[in-house]
Amino acid sequence: MTIHGYRLPAMSSLVLWAVLWEIVGRSGLTFFIPPLSEVLQTLFQIIGTPAFQNALQETVVAFLAGILAAVAIGIPVGILMGKSRLVDEMLLPWVNMFLSAPLTALVPVLMVLFGFGMKSIVITTTLFAIWIIILNSRAGVKQIDRSLVEMARSFGASPLDAFYKVYFWAALPEILGGVRIGVIRGVKGVIIGQLLISVVGFGALFELYSSNFLMSHFWAVLLVLFAMAFALSELLAHLERRVSYYAAKR
Amino acid sequence: MRTPASEIAVTARRISKNYGAVEALRNLSLDFPRGQLTSLLGPSGCGKTTLLKIIAGLLEPTSGEVEVNGKAVTGPGPDRAFVFQDFALLPWANVLRNVAFGLELRGIARSEREAIAEGYIRNVGLAGFEASYPHELSGGMRQRVGLARALSVDAQVLLMDEPFSAVDEQTRRKFQEDLLSLVQREAKTFIFVTHSIEEAVYVSDQIAILLPRPSRVSEIIRPGGFRNKGADQIRRDPEYLDIVDEIWASLRRYVE
Repeated sequence: MTIHGYRLPAMSSLVLWAVLWEIVGRSGLTFFIPPLSEVLQTLFQIIGTPAFQNALQETVVAFLAGILAAVAIGIPVGILMGKSRLVDEMLLPWVNMFLSAPLTALVPVLMVLFGFGMKSIVITTTLFAIWIIILNSRAGVKQIDRSLVEMARSFGASPLDAFYKVYFWAALPEILGGVRIGVIRGVKGVIIGQLLISVVGFGALFELYSSNFLMSHFWAVLLVLFAMAFALSELLAHLERRVSYYAAKR
Repeated sequence: MRTPASEIAVTARRISKNYGAVEALRNLSLDFPRGQLTSLLGPSGCGKTTLLKIIAGLLEPTSGEVEVNGKAVTGPGPDRAFVFQDFALLPWANVLRNVAFGLELRGIARSEREAIAEGYIRNVGLAGFEASYPHELSGGMRQRVGLARALSVDAQVLLMDEPFSAVDEQTRRKFQEDLLSLVQREAKTFIFVTHSIEEAVYVSDQIAILLPRPSRVSEIIRPGGFRNKGADQIRRDPEYLDIVDEIWASLRRYVE
């Protein structure tokens, strides 16, 4: 956006919202929203504490493990569905169902199956992230130009070469799009897991702060979480832009 | 006039191809003389691209067989290279990698295959565009990349599927002239699918006219007299004009 010919940097609208937050906070309208400045102060106070570091580590580890599993299983399954009619017919209804299902309702079942520990949290994260990754990988493979496939065959590509040198790259823009949305959903999954399964990590902090009405602490943790999710999503969006030069021209 | 067997590079023998209940090709036999350009010409839906892809090994015939240099075709092979109607370039790779891609798939070392590719990039007139990406090139230039890729694997048989149909008219004329000198320069057998009568007569040593539903070869024409005249003389040659008229006369009833 430009104002009077001056180009505003990206996301400068956030400044406006920050000011609004500060005003609402200072007006004492509700205890639920402390001023932003207070939240930031709290943030810098707690960020070095062992409790916070511990929670951060627990959350990051569970999140990364869950996302890694979602990517490692989701992409090949999606590609397989795009390539094989049989696999597609078998799995597609389930994938679509889980994509739109309220997965939170499944978490108690996971607890019964996998216990109250880290394992269930990781699986919850995977369960939130994987479906869109599968669907997008499938869509990416399905749109591959038929003549590119024929080109690879006619020049004698082995199945492995065809996969790594042609199909994967041709489907990459869609795959990355799926991973980006999957990562965002995974953040949801890991927090829901930590709140519902065993109260650890950021989930434990949320629980602790909100039940003790430590609102600025609560918001501080939430800000950290938002920032992390946003940074991840931007990183993947950046990767997507790096392949966008050919995404529209396939 | 019969051509001795050793002078035949590609033979299609009693080829039939069915798609379910649809008969695309029936009992089609055709010889392709070595070192010459043979056009497959016919109205759309006459199965000419199907035949080309069967020769390429990309499609399997329902019955019949194709031989290249006396060996039966069972799939794609290094003795044939394909030029695609829609170019089929890797959009994420630059011109150099695209041209070298056929060699890359054959496991040729990078420096060697890039040296070969650079030579053919110069040959097709794309010197200076090695680092460009396909979306930065015009349609005509993209097809030059496709052609350079097919040339750089040095196959004896070049299969071209309506290679000039997606480029503009002036570029196409230039392509046709370049193709004539390419046929003379390279000792390769060209099989060329087109729906343009003028194009077929202009570039071909032999024209096979295919008629549709189910396709078979209805006529083989070998333009002779004007072949050795200059590229710019052909289009006003009486024999050229006669052949164009003759082909149109036999094809027109298949065009609604």
